[in-house]
Amino acid sequence: MTALFVLLLYTATAVLVAGVGYRVWDYARTPAPLKIPTTPAPTTRGGVALRMAREVVLFESLFRSNLWTWAFGWLFHAGLALVLLRHLRYFVEPVPAWLAFVQPFGIWAGVAMAAGLAGLWARRFLVPRVRYISTPSDHLMIVLLLAIALTGLAMTFVAHADIVAVKAFILGLVLFDWQPLPGDPLVAVHLALVAVLMLVFPFSKLLHAPGLFFSPTRNQADDPRERRHLAPWAARLDREP
Amino acid sequence: MAAEIKAPPLRQHAEAPALAPGAMEASKPYVATAKMQEAIGFPGELAEGWERRALDKMGELLGKYRSLKVYLDACVHCGACTDKCHYFLGTGDPLNMPVARQDLMRSVYRRHFTLAGKLFPRLVGARDLTKDVFDQWYTYYNQCSECRRCSVYCPYGIDTAEITMAGKEIMDAAGLGQKYTNEIIGKVHRIGNNLGLPGPALADTLAGLEEDVKEETGADVRFPLDRKGAEVLLVTPSADFFAEPHVDSLIGYAKVFHAAGVSWTLSSHASEAGNFGLFIGSYDQLRTIATRIREAALELGVKRIVVGECGHAWRVAYSMWNTLAGIGAGGDDPYAQALQRQLDGRYTQPMHICEVTHDLIRRGALTLDREANDHRVVTFHDSCNVARASRMGDVPGGQFRIPREIIRAVANRYVEMAPGTTHDATFCCGGGGGLLTDELIDLRVKGALPRMEALRQVADGQGVNFMATICAICKAQFTKVLPYYGFKMGMVGGVHQLVSTAIRLGVPH
Repeated sequence: MTALFVLLLYTATAVLVAGVGYRVWDYARTPAPLKIPTTPAPTTRGGVALRMAREVVLFESLFRSNLWTWAFGWLFHAGLALVLLRHLRYFVEPVPAWLAFVQPFGIWAGVAMAAGLAGLWARRFLVPRVRYISTPSDHLMIVLLLAIALTGLAMTFVAHADIVAVKAFILGLVLFDWQPLPGDPLVAVHLALVAVLMLVFPFSKLLHAPGLFFSPTRNQADDPRERRHLAPWAARLDREP
Repeated sequence: MAAEIKAPPLRQHAEAPALAPGAMEASKPYVATAKMQEAIGFPGELAEGWERRALDKMGELLGKYRSLKVYLDACVHCGACTDKCHYFLGTGDPLNMPVARQDLMRSVYRRHFTLAGKLFPRLVGARDLTKDVFDQWYTYYNQCSECRRCSVYCPYGIDTAEITMAGKEIMDAAGLGQKYTNEIIGKVHRIGNNLGLPGPALADTLAGLEEDVKEETGADVRFPLDRKGAEVLLVTPSADFFAEPHVDSLIGYAKVFHAAGVSWTLSSHASEAGNFGLFIGSYDQLRTIATRIREAALELGVKRIVVGECGHAWRVAYSMWNTLAGIGAGGDDPYAQALQRQLDGRYTQPMHICEVTHDLIRRGALTLDREANDHRVVTFHDSCNVARASRMGDVPGGQFRIPREIIRAVANRYVEMAPGTTHDATFCCGGGGGLLTDELIDLRVKGALPRMEALRQVADGQGVNFMATICAICKAQFTKVLPYYGFKMGMVGGVHQLVSTAIRLGVPH
C-alpha cells in the first residue's frame, strides 16, 4: 500500500510539473503577432501587471459578467488557496508561526471551497445556458474537486486522521526517506484523488490557470502607435521583396 | 430564407432569451465562387483532401497565434459569456453563445490535437472534422461579428473573434470562402476600394461634392485627390464617397480641414480604409491591404495619416498598421524607418479624424454654432471595434471621451443610452465582421435587438432622434435595420455629420 502510494504520488508530481511546464513553455514560445488587448487597456507594463493582478486575485471580468458565478467561483478559489496554504504544514518541519496562525482559517476555507463548488455545480443544472455547454468532463471535474474537499473536511470534522503519521509519510516523500502510509481509508482516498487531479491538470481545462497569464487580450499593453510590435515570423515578411 | 423578416419583440427587462436550438441553422451567407477564391490565393472549392488541408492550417495557426492556442485550452465552461452576444440575445440559438461558438472549433482541436480528445472524445466533447462539422462552422462563424463583447466579460479574456477569424481562415484554406468578404477583398486589390469605385469616377464624385458644398456654404472647400505634398493623407471607408449618410461625414472632414487651413488629400491607390483581411483572419491579406496605405503615403510624400469614420478600419489602423506596414512610431528596422522618417513626429501616427477635430476644437481653431443642431436630440452608439480594440488620445478610454466631447461641442442636446449598452459594454450594430450582406438580413435584424432596445428607451424617454456613430458599417447596417424596429432610417449618422452642420466657414474665430 505504501509503495503504491509513493509511486502514485511521485508519478503524479512528475506529470504535473512536466506537463504544466511543457504547456507554459509552449505558450511562451508561440508568438502573438498582432496587438489585441481588450480596450480600454493599460498603456504600460506596470499597468498590465496591475490589470492581471486584479484578474487573478479579484476575478474582475467575471465580477462584471455574472455575480453568482463570480461569488461561487471566487469562494472556491480563495478557499482552495487557503487550504493549499494550510497543507504546507505537512511539507515543512518545524512549522513557522505564520503557518500555524493560518491553520484554523484553513478549515473554514475548506468549507468555503466545498460551498463554492456546490454552487458552481448547481449552476450546471439550474441555468439552462450553462447546462447546454456543460460536458461530462465539466461535471466530473467538479465531482473530483468536491470529493477532495469533502474527504478532507471529513478528516477534520468526522473521523480524525492521524496527522502526525500523515506528516511523517509526506515528509518522507519529500526527503526520499519513505515512511508507512497510515492505514486510514479517508487518507488513502483523499491522497488518491489529489493524485488524479495532478495527473489530469496538464491535459484539461485546468490549464486556465497558466493560460490566463498568456492571454493576449489581458497581458498586452495598449501602445501600438508608440512601439512596433512584430512577431519573428511576421518580421521575415518585411525583408522579403 | 423566410419571405418575411420581422424584428423580434423588444424585451421588457434585459433577461437572456430561452434557448432555441437550431433557430438560426439555416442562416448562412453565399459561398464565394471558385474565381473569387482563386483571385485572392485560396483554393476554389472543397476538393478531395480538404479535411487534411483544414487540419494542416489549424496546426499552422496554433503555432503562429498564441491567442488561438491559449483560448482553445483555457475555457472552463463557466458560462460568463453565454448572455453577452447580441446574436444570441436576438436569436436564442444556443450556438450563438460565445462559448458554444468556440466549442465548434474546440471540439475539433481536442480530437485532433490533444491527448484527452484522442483517448476520450466523448468525455471531453471532442469531434472529428467532418463535412457536417465544417458546415456548422460555416453557418455559425458567419454569425459572429467579431465585436469582442464576450472577451470583456471572460475571466481569461478569451476572444471569440480570434476563434472566428481562425475558423474563417481555415475554411478559406480548405476552399470554403464567404462571397461577400472575399469578393470585396478581390475588389480592393483590383480597383483600390471595397465598393469598386475606379479612380476617374472617384474624381468626378469629389468634384460634385465641391460644388454641393460651395452651393450650401459659399466656401471653396476642396476634396483633393492624389495631391502630392499635401500635409495629410486621409484614408476613409469608400462608403463615405457616396453612401447616405456616410457622405455627410466626408463633407464634415473636408470642412474641418478647410477651416483649420490644413492641406490634405485622398489617394486613388488607397481609396479605402476598410480592411476585410481582418474579418477573414488572414494576416497576409491584412498586410497586403495595409501596405497600400504605406505606398500611397510614400508616393504622395504626406506628413500625417488620418483615418475617417470606420470602426474595424480604425482597429486595424490603430492597433495593427505599425505592425503590418510600419505606419506609426518606434520602428527601428529599415522597413519601418523608411516611412517613419517621412512622417511628422510631432503628431501621433496614424490619427483618427475625431482626434484631429477634437484637437482643433480644444485649441479654438474652429467656429462652431451648436444651435444649428438644435433640431436634433443626439445619442452616441459606440462602435465595437473602436470601443474594445482601439484607443484615441493619450489615455485609456479616450475612444469614448473624444467623440462625446466633439458631439457636445457641436450640439446642445445630448443623451446617453443605458449603462451596460455603451462604452466597452457596447452592443455591435449587428452587421460587422463581414456580415453586412443582404442574404443575412434576418440575422442582422435580430442581432440589432439589444441596441434597438436601448435606443427605444432614449427615443421614447428623452426624445432622441439622432444616433451618431463613427463607423461605416454601423451606418449602413442601421440605415437598413432601423425601419424594422419602427425608427426612421435617417436617424443614424456620423459624428462629423453633426460637425458639418455646426461648423461655420469663413468666419473669423
